Amino acid sequence: MKQENEALIQFPSLSANEALARQIAAAFAAQMDPTLDELGDVKTAVSEAVTNAIVHAYPDRIGPVSLRLRRLPGNVLEITVKDRGCGIPDVAKAREPMFTTGGAERSGMGFTIMESFMNSFALRSVPGKGTTVRMRKKLTGRVNGE
Amino acid sequence: MTYTSLLQDKRLTILLSGEIDHHSARQTMEAVTSKIDVYLPRCCVLDFGAVSFMDSSGIAIVIHTLRAMEELGGEVWLANIPPQPMKVLRAAGIEKLVRLGAERSPA
Ligand SMILES: Nc1ncnc2c1ncn2[C@@H]1O[C@H](COP(=O)(O)OP(=O)(O)O)[C@@H](O)[C@H]1O
Ligand SMILES: [Mg+2]
Repeated sequence: MKQENEALIQFPSLSANEALARQIAAAFAAQMDPTLDELGDVKTAVSEAVTNAIVHAYPDRIGPVSLRLRRLPGNVLEITVKDRGCGIPDVAKAREPMFTTGGAERSGMGFTIMESFMNSFALRSVPGKGTTVRMRKKLTGRVNGE
Repeated sequence: MTYTSLLQDKRLTILLSGEIDHHSARQTMEAVTSKIDVYLPRCCVLDFGAVSFMDSSGIAIVIHTLRAMEELGGEVWLANIPPQPMKVLRAAGIEKLVRLGAERSPA
């Protein structure tokens, strides 16, 4: 039985922190013996969630973004990305593939990718207060590792 | 990021490298557009062989390149795509929009 573990980091919404967040998540997940594909999925999902907080939550200012990583029983990785930005007025609409308010620089595929690359995905947003994304993924782990 | 490119027989190959995310995407889009504007190719090949990570920002780059090439009546090929970027591109149904070549493109 492996120990549960947890890490919490907060950083300003600077785009240079996208790579930082991915690397931290990958380093945390690496303790759980993921496959290379699983590690790729985790990095991609974190990149999408953190990029949203950086690009959309604070359109004209720099604000705080937090990334919380937890190892849950059963070798499940939980990732929570939170901002205190503008929030999403229509969450169902925002989750539709190709929907974007970001113009030609964005694809509108972020939420679709988070949902399909992770086992579970939950989105909570309050306009004017902020947005929280919580995702979980079961990682393979070594057979005798759990 | 550096963007090596080669032009042969009106085919422009751009070698992308490193991590493609929102932080680097604008610069990549501008580099791709300016090379297309200079060389006016019939076909633009984006070579992903040296890309170590890509998120959905890369999808926007491909679509941006597609638009620029459509203006010239040309086409876009994607070559040498590693598994992680491929999974992201497939999530966007990119194979319906552009030609994917697993092999190194004959540049
Ligand atoms: N953290 C956030 N704060 C405010 N709005 C957000 C946030 N995340 C997503 N959104 C909204 O949801 C839309 C869809 O997000 P996503 O699927 O990641 O696509 P993209 O980032 O390419 O626009 C965004 O264009 C934006 O309007
Ligand atoms: Mg996004």
